Amino acid sequence: MTGFTGYIQLVYVLTAALFVVGLHLMNSPATARRGNQVAMTGMVIAGIATFVLLIHDGTVTTTGWIVLIIGTLIGSAIGLWAAQSVKMTAMPQLVSAFNSVGGGAAALVAIFGYYDAESRATGVLGTTTVFTVLDVLIGSVTFSGSIIAAGKLQGFIPGQPITFKGGRLLNTALAVVAVGTAAFMFSTASLPALLIVVLASLAFGVMMVLPIGGADMPVVISLLNAFTGTAVAMAGFVIQNWALIVAGALVGASGSILTKLMADAMNRSLANIIVGGFGTGDSAVAVTAGPDVQVRSIAADDAAIQLAYASKVIVVPGYGLAAAQAQHGVAELAKILEDRGVEVSYAIHPVAGRMPGHMNVLLAEANVPYPQLREMDEINPEFARTDVALVIGANDVTNPIARRPGNAMSGMPILDVDQAKSIIVVKRSMGHGYAGIDNELYIDPKTSMYFADAKRAMADLAAAVKTLVGS
Amino acid sequence: MSTALLTDLTIFILALLVGIEVIGKVPATLHTPLMSATNAIHGIVLVGALLIGLTAHNAVGYILAFVAAVFASANVVGGYVVTGRMLKMFRRKAVQPDLGQPGSGQPELEAVNGHKGLRGLADKMRAHS
Repeated sequence: MTGFTGYIQLVYVLTAALFVVGLHLMNSPATARRGNQVAMTGMVIAGIATFVLLIHDGTVTTTGWIVLIIGTLIGSAIGLWAAQSVKMTAMPQLVSAFNSVGGGAAALVAIFGYYDAESRATGVLGTTTVFTVLDVLIGSVTFSGSIIAAGKLQGFIPGQPITFKGGRLLNTALAVVAVGTAAFMFSTASLPALLIVVLASLAFGVMMVLPIGGADMPVVISLLNAFTGTAVAMAGFVIQNWALIVAGALVGASGSILTKLMADAMNRSLANIIVGGFGTGDSAVAVTAGPDVQVRSIAADDAAIQLAYASKVIVVPGYGLAAAQAQHGVAELAKILEDRGVEVSYAIHPVAGRMPGHMNVLLAEANVPYPQLREMDEINPEFARTDVALVIGANDVTNPIARRPGNAMSGMPILDVDQAKSIIVVKRSMGHGYAGIDNELYIDPKTSMYFADAKRAMADLAAAVKTLVGS
Repeated sequence: MSTALLTDLTIFILALLVGIEVIGKVPATLHTPLMSATNAIHGIVLVGALLIGLTAHNAVGYILAFVAAVFASANVVGGYVVTGRMLKMFRRKAVQPDLGQPGSGQPELEAVNGHKGLRGLADKMRAHS
């Protein structure tokens, strides 16, 4: 590493350090914005250093400059537009799309490196091939897989698992082709072989995500996030750039941690999710309450009395709340209760949403102060001294059956809603949750069911409380 | 095994461990902004995309450089802006709409700065070309 490039590499080290500091500041909502800005400062510094390097080197052609600048401007414009126009409910799609382009760019960097070396007499062999092939493999899978994931979340592609006969066989075949060709490249430098790896990996990415259901998306997005990070780190190895290696490793670590958190919260192994299809296994022993068990339904006025005269209320939001766009209504109702002196907090299950932490963002958007948003382990002990637990659009994560062995949900971490003194469940019908088993919470004598659309229910409850307390 | 490769691997492993340590402390409340912030961070691959320009001298090179630059810059800018947008919504106290908005003044100010920073990036890039 000679003088000038050495200095530039030093700047990249600074960038890497700023990324670490930035992520460190994300450990609290109070400092997180600064963290984001610190990380972006690192990015700007790296961008400037790279342009300086390009100018210093002097080998970039005029066309090259035009291509790079126009490309960067177009990309920035697209990114800016997407980031400003996206709705908070659509955040998982956007993150997925960004995973896709990140993985794609990482793959392209390695593809060009390989192509360039191939066109010279020296060719590429040895360790660079290992990283090139890994980058292209992971990057391509991420690119196509993330597009499918985004499509499922956006509704372009049906959310339910898409499986067909021989699908798994095709999947295996694609994996064998991709890995086999990659192995071949270690001994023989060949551009067509690299193209085969790209195509097989792209197809594999599609086939990997298609059979995964919409409710498993938190895990899939996290996993693809980890993939993107890894692909970028591999690209860093290919072009020997420390900023890419460090950034990739950080993102890889982040994605992996989130993947594990999400999989644990759903009580499923990663392998189980990737193979796809909940309840298709042997564990789906239906535990039905029987037709004779009656649930108690409640009217808005009675529910309002319970809420208005409670001293502590915990709201348990689920994805149904976001789907019904009821987060603002909930915040409204909570505010009326708080004004009366009722202590209101929100119990957020890790998978309440379509990506990690999604529900928190949706409630923050509805102007709920973040100290009220409580994590599962933190709030579970508080249910016992809670007067009313208001469950909105959450199902499986409240089912006490998970505490008993021998059913599809055994061992899944749940919110201890059933320990509250009384429970109001807002739900459209008695339909099953994702796990396909009856929720024992609904037949608990302490539980009243309020059958309505979540958004409508929040408006009605807020109105009823207002009338009741005469404000 | 060359020294360069050994150095790279060391950096990778250590960064991975630092990442696990740092990310493990991020509360669940911030997991979505965390993910979009890391989205922006892996946009550092833009550096790789720009470096393609050093040796790209034909159509294949130019196309690859162009697509990679579009992808990576969308990643950087989009990830940063959307993370800022989300984090701006996280407030310790609910905003009182009728009380002169003591809580919302500052975030708005910072948002302006954020945009300035972004425009600054574009300007600097243009300046160096």
